[in-house]
Amino acid sequence: MGRDRSQRVARCALLTALGLLLCCPGALSSVDEAEPDSHTEHGGDSHGGNETGYHQPGFHVVSLHWEQVQAPYVIALWILVASLGQAVFHLSEKVTSVVPESALLIVLGVILGGIVWAADHTASFTLTPTVFFFYLLPPIVLDAGYFMPIRHFFGNLGSILMYAIIGTIWNTVTTGLSLYGVFWTGIMGNLDAGLLEFLLFGSVIAAVDTIAVLTVFEEVHVNEALFIFMLGESLLNDGVTVVLYNIFDSFVAVGAGNIEGLDYLKGIVSFFIVSLGGIAIGIIFGFLLSLVTRFTKHVRVIEPAFIFVISYLSYLTAEMLSLSAILAIAFCGICCQKYVKTNLCEQSVITVRYAMKMLASGAETIIFMFLGISAVDTNIWTWNTAFILFTLVFISVYRVIGVVIQTWILNHYRVVRLEFIDQVVMSYGGLRGSMAFALVVLLDLQHVHEKRLFVSTTIIVVYFTVIIQGLTIKPLVKWLKVKRSQQKEPSLSEKFQERAFDHIMSAIEDISGQTGHNYLRDKWTNFDRKYLSKVMIRKSAQISQDNILSVFHRLNLKDAISYVPEGERQGSLAFIRSINDVNIDFTSPRYSSLDSSVSGVLHENTSEVCLDMQTMENRVKRLKGQEEIVTHHMLQQHLYKPRQRYKLNYSRHKLVSNEDEKQDKEIFQQTMKKRLENLKAAKLGANHNATSRNVKKDKAAKKKHSDAVPNRRLPTNPLPFHVDKETEVEDHYDPSDGGISFLITPGSNESDETITGNSKSIPSPPPLPSPSTLDAKQLSREEDQVSQDDLSSERPSRIFPSYLQKAWVQSYSSLENVESQVSTISEQVAAQEESSAEVNSKSTVDNTSEAKLNEEDHPTRLDSEEFDVKVPCAETLNEELEDNSPKDPGVQEQKPLIIKDSKMHSAAAKRVQNRRSFHRPKPLRYPVLQKLGSLPVSCHIPPHALEQEETQF
Amino acid sequence: MGSYSSHLSKIEDLQGIIQETGFSKAHICRLHDRFEELDKSNNGELSREDFQRIGELAVNPLGDRIINAFFPNAKQTLDFRSFVRILATFRPTVKDKSTNPNAPEPINSRINKMRFAFQLYDQDRDGKISREELIQVLRMMLEAQVTNDQLESITDRTIQEADLDGDGAISFEEFRKSLENINLEHKMSIRFLQ
Repeated sequence: MGRDRSQRVARCALLTALGLLLCCPGALSSVDEAEPDSHTEHGGDSHGGNETGYHQPGFHVVSLHWEQVQAPYVIALWILVASLGQAVFHLSEKVTSVVPESALLIVLGVILGGIVWAADHTASFTLTPTVFFFYLLPPIVLDAGYFMPIRHFFGNLGSILMYAIIGTIWNTVTTGLSLYGVFWTGIMGNLDAGLLEFLLFGSVIAAVDTIAVLTVFEEVHVNEALFIFMLGESLLNDGVTVVLYNIFDSFVAVGAGNIEGLDYLKGIVSFFIVSLGGIAIGIIFGFLLSLVTRFTKHVRVIEPAFIFVISYLSYLTAEMLSLSAILAIAFCGICCQKYVKTNLCEQSVITVRYAMKMLASGAETIIFMFLGISAVDTNIWTWNTAFILFTLVFISVYRVIGVVIQTWILNHYRVVRLEFIDQVVMSYGGLRGSMAFALVVLLDLQHVHEKRLFVSTTIIVVYFTVIIQGLTIKPLVKWLKVKRSQQKEPSLSEKFQERAFDHIMSAIEDISGQTGHNYLRDKWTNFDRKYLSKVMIRKSAQISQDNILSVFHRLNLKDAISYVPEGERQGSLAFIRSINDVNIDFTSPRYSSLDSSVSGVLHENTSEVCLDMQTMENRVKRLKGQEEIVTHHMLQQHLYKPRQRYKLNYSRHKLVSNEDEKQDKEIFQQTMKKRLENLKAAKLGANHNATSRNVKKDKAAKKKHSDAVPNRRLPTNPLPFHVDKETEVEDHYDPSDGGISFLITPGSNESDETITGNSKSIPSPPPLPSPSTLDAKQLSREEDQVSQDDLSSERPSRIFPSYLQKAWVQSYSSLENVESQVSTISEQVAAQEESSAEVNSKSTVDNTSEAKLNEEDHPTRLDSEEFDVKVPCAETLNEELEDNSPKDPGVQEQKPLIIKDSKMHSAAAKRVQNRRSFHRPKPLRYPVLQKLGSLPVSCHIPPHALEQEETQF
Repeated sequence: MGSYSSHLSKIEDLQGIIQETGFSKAHICRLHDRFEELDKSNNGELSREDFQRIGELAVNPLGDRIINAFFPNAKQTLDFRSFVRILATFRPTVKDKSTNPNAPEPINSRINKMRFAFQLYDQDRDGKISREELIQVLRMMLEAQVTNDQLESITDRTIQEADLDGDGAISFEEFRKSLENINLEHKMSIRFLQ
């Protein structure tokens, strides 16, 4: 399956790359914009292919058609060079950890451009607005939208909008006005530009650039709020910039004298129409796309293509309607992500993810390299020191002022305040990029006479921000942090106490209901569930979406994937779980508990967004003892993350798989275990009547609870519980078939409530567990039976095959409580009745849960390795059992065990079988779960508490 | 909120609660809503099961400990007032308010926040976190992969760090000292919605 998937991915990637290449020739025109069509023709010709050379008559065996292939060929070469460049940079981690990739690419571009320039003195290729806006920008924005951490984005939407809209307008106006003011003083010399031109330039240079910000900020791991601000701001302000640009551009075209008051009003109106319209288009296409994916089930191969094509159409449609195309495609991605991920099959989802990352990454690479190349062109350069310097100063200063003022306002309303350091990073992170360049190149020389100066200045600004600021932002963050708090390596206790506090706080929030009670979000979730999901999501996916089991199926699948490699190196502690990879990285050095090294400490998780660089450094510096390092490292790696912390997972270059679920599952399992333990303890202490009532209550509670686990709002999906079945089976029970008849006789015992209430599931004893666990069990048993000492004298004599036994212990150890009494049954019917009554009163309703308990009771069983092994046995057996005994659906797991071992046809076994058959209503078998069973043994996961509970019903 | 006043009238001794906890009326109203939402049996008291029904708590490694903290002194139920009182511990501490030295210590003081955390560890309520108690908590907070040996070495180290008097256990005083560098007021506060 893995190979299949990777092949798919590879094939798709290849196809998309091909597609990219094919669509480029029309657009990637050479510097002479005068005839952009010439290359399109070339591109078209090159596909004709069949014609023999048109310049020479006669037949040629081999002929060179350079002209035909030139354009796509050159483009392909450039892409190759850019990609190779990126690959080369990443060969040296030292370089990329210091210098941002974008800066490296720009430098590479400049060098390549220089070489080309030296060769034939023309700038062969530059970044043209057409290429940029139609081919390079959309994939990047779509990627940002599709992988946008929605919760964070909408949670901070207010602040993001403020930064994006107010901030951009502020930057535009202040920069423009200030430059105009300086121009008045005459320092800049004689420029042929008026106020409007300066404002136009301001609008070009004001916007923080998505691409530049993303590339730099992904390498500087800032906290999540900050990251989402920068990402959201740069994404949304692209829309604002384009609007402002268009307004000022048309004003300039009309001429300052001809603008009437009404035009300003129109400008403001158009601002809202353009941005809101763009968003609307995006949302419409997003939902359309979701709807389409609902019906693509049978064309799996082209399924991923729909995502790209329809998103791209949203971009083009918005562009056609002169609405904000960037907002359109971004919101298209945001809207469709949920539905698409549910609708598409797993492979397609992966394909989409990889293809999208590839396109975005590729586009980004090309953009930066071409930014570099574009600079090598004497035609565009006009130097005006004062203008350039003042531009640099103004954009920096006003960015800082704008951020500080806005943050000050926002901090009055925000739950999480933005600290000083956040503001510094935000101010300093205001990078300008390709967007500005593309816009400035787009200017019309007819109206804007100083276009060349504007272009040169923009290039300088872009270079300055991307290279200088990009280079220094990391050290700055480090340095600021160090200065802010006299950092010392937190002690171990501090470290885990802090984590404990996080857990406490998230629990308190859950208890007090302070999260998830966002009114709007609740409304939206309801609306989404009631209507949107119904329409957008495939029927089958809808079911699985509502069904808790499918959640666990997914969890299990994930586990299965990661357990394979783990199993392969079983016994070593080297398995390091990294949040980035489900698969275990075999290439990385193994950090065992003993030979961990400093590099192990440095093995930081890049996707985790936190300002942890200096923590890392400190650790290296201050920790002398290796053991110390190991311990700290271990804590760092293995402490559970607080619930709210791990949601943000946007990364440009890395595909982040969600490990949260696994963690949730693990914790859930432990919690349930503990609760059951407590329950048991309580049971032992309390009297029968009270306990059985409790148990029932608890069971009900647990059922509800389990429904609520992955998402409280999931509709409860009541599982059928056929109580009447039991009587029916009881009737069919044939005592003559070798077993000793043993029926629960209602009223025969002291606990009437049990009988009336839940008189089922008296499990009969399983065969003797392995000797190693005997002692422990005995102990526990004795404890259980303080009141009924008469029964415990009988010891079971048969030893069960150990592998089967494990399965037994796993699933049915609840029975072990009574095993002693029932093992040599024939003589002891009376005793058994009593014991069963006892079991009953102890509510073996929770037999699976008790199984867990028992498992805990035996110290030997606590070993996690054994735990892993056990489960598969049980599960595979279950599968087999299903094949073997289709006629009796009621007997699920137990039966195969019995059948397997002919010796098991003892009375005890029979009883197990029979009693099971009527006590246990037919478990609901979901196809998803069955599939799981067919996985190889090593893939099986420890049974989940919840899963067990579910099957019980 | 239309049912605002009707809600408030249902709450006994509103003024007393406000005074004791420092919550505003709106806060209390909201918390009361939540209380009733949790109270499935509608008897005005919460049981452990009510808490255990909160799905998120099941995936919180310390969830059950925290639930227990809501039921001090082996009580099995929790009324609204105690509910609010415990939550009030996590009200943000307002620094700039001039503190009246005579006033009783506010319920959300640093020391109270710390006490809450301490009792999560100190299960036998002997005023000390023993090694076993610490191991239990750490086991909850660490992934299952961590072996018992590793767990024990972490525990020992932690105790070593915090244990000033060398008795192999962490007293509340030592606990307080070990947390001196942590901004507890910030860490253990949530902003309650109005």
